[in-house]
Amino acid sequence: MIIQTKDLKKLYSTEEVETTALNNINLEIQEGEYVAIMGPSGCGKSTLLNILGLIDNPTSGEYQFLGKDVAKYSERKRAGLRKSNIGFVFQSFNLIDELTVFENIELPLLYLGFSASERKKRVNEVLEHMALMPRKNHFPQQLSGGQQQRVAVARAVVAKPKLILADEPTGNLDSTHGEEVMNLLAELHANGTTIVMVTHSQAYAEYSQRIIYLFDGQVVSENIRTKFKL
Amino acid sequence: MIKLRGITKYYSTGYVKTFVLRNVNLEIGEGEFVTIMGPSGAGKSTLLYILGMLDMPSEGEYHFDGQPVHTFSDKRLTELHKHSIGFVFQSYHLIDDLTVYENLETPLLYKKIKGSERKSLVAEALDQFHIVAKKGLFPNQLSGGQQQRVAIARALITKPKLILADEPTGNLNSKEGKEIMEMFAELNAGGTTIVQVTHSELNAAYGRRTIHLLDGWVQP
Repeated sequence: MIIQTKDLKKLYSTEEVETTALNNINLEIQEGEYVAIMGPSGCGKSTLLNILGLIDNPTSGEYQFLGKDVAKYSERKRAGLRKSNIGFVFQSFNLIDELTVFENIELPLLYLGFSASERKKRVNEVLEHMALMPRKNHFPQQLSGGQQQRVAVARAVVAKPKLILADEPTGNLDSTHGEEVMNLLAELHANGTTIVMVTHSQAYAEYSQRIIYLFDGQVVSENIRTKFKL
Repeated sequence: MIKLRGITKYYSTGYVKTFVLRNVNLEIGEGEFVTIMGPSGAGKSTLLYILGMLDMPSEGEYHFDGQPVHTFSDKRLTELHKHSIGFVFQSYHLIDDLTVYENLETPLLYKKIKGSERKSLVAEALDQFHIVAKKGLFPNQLSGGQQQRVAIARALITKPKLILADEPTGNLNSKEGKEIMEMFAELNAGGTTIVQVTHSELNAAYGRRTIHLLDGWVQP
């Protein structure tokens, strides 16, 4: 089991009001699964993804990630686990404008302390695979949206993480480029990577094996699309 | 510092050429603070991208610090861009799974800068842009103005000689926008050359010279 949550809760409080962003989320995700999370704006999808991705802590409840009880981890301990196990893909690509395509993809490997030669080898591999080689010395602003998102996916996978978390990865793309990104994720999944994706698109959610519907911070239903071996 | 001679930019579709910039001649001296204004589609951003070496002119000459940039290969352009230019965009491109501190540190990881020096450069930037208290937070825990401050701090952490800013306050409210403009004024007072594109007369007032573009022509 890669992810297991029990009665997960997230509250935001200002001086006057307390808002429940997530309420009693019980979730189990197996290694190798491809899960989509759907629901209207403000239902808690991104909050859930941030907690699953060890960016944020829950207010209460349990979260087991790779068998470790991480709900009360400090940021330092979360960072260690996050950087070595999780790759992120965001709607707005999150590329660094000051860095070239090659350097953007290289970033997670720098944080993990890979040697220069190993970094070069790995980055070249993904550049080749994602058909980005001719672009490696370009800056993000010189690329189309579709190309930028391919770079973002390349960065998310370069360290070969166990888990990919994707937050509306196709939100800023036209349908052709959206499909391209979905095919990349499907391929990663076929190679054994666990994927959890937040999306508004029913069509893209159907690339997954299981769709979880959130409403007002709670899981309201689940749709298991394909039988898969545990 | 910057000398443009007969810079023209067009896009060809079939037999039709669409002109974006026409015969632009321009000189910008070191330490200047220049504003480029004009209606949408006038060629402002294209001019800024050419100045920033992110786009190439179709015709004309671009000399940067005496170097003939228009003859440079992609690789040399990439190097020159990285060493000399800080580009600030309207939308802040921060990495959501890195903290403010880490976001600031990234451009330094690629230069041969020692860990201790990196630390002091990041500390200096945090201080200069009033985000010390935010260093352990993630971008989505910040307001829009704070995110833009982090993005600008990152663009400038390598201390570029030239700052190019494309509508840097476009996504901010007036108070946040004013803060950013005051920061630019401060950097300019310290000797950094700045070229900004803006729609706002208020922002233009921070510059010392305004260039007006219309349909790709510099207006007299």
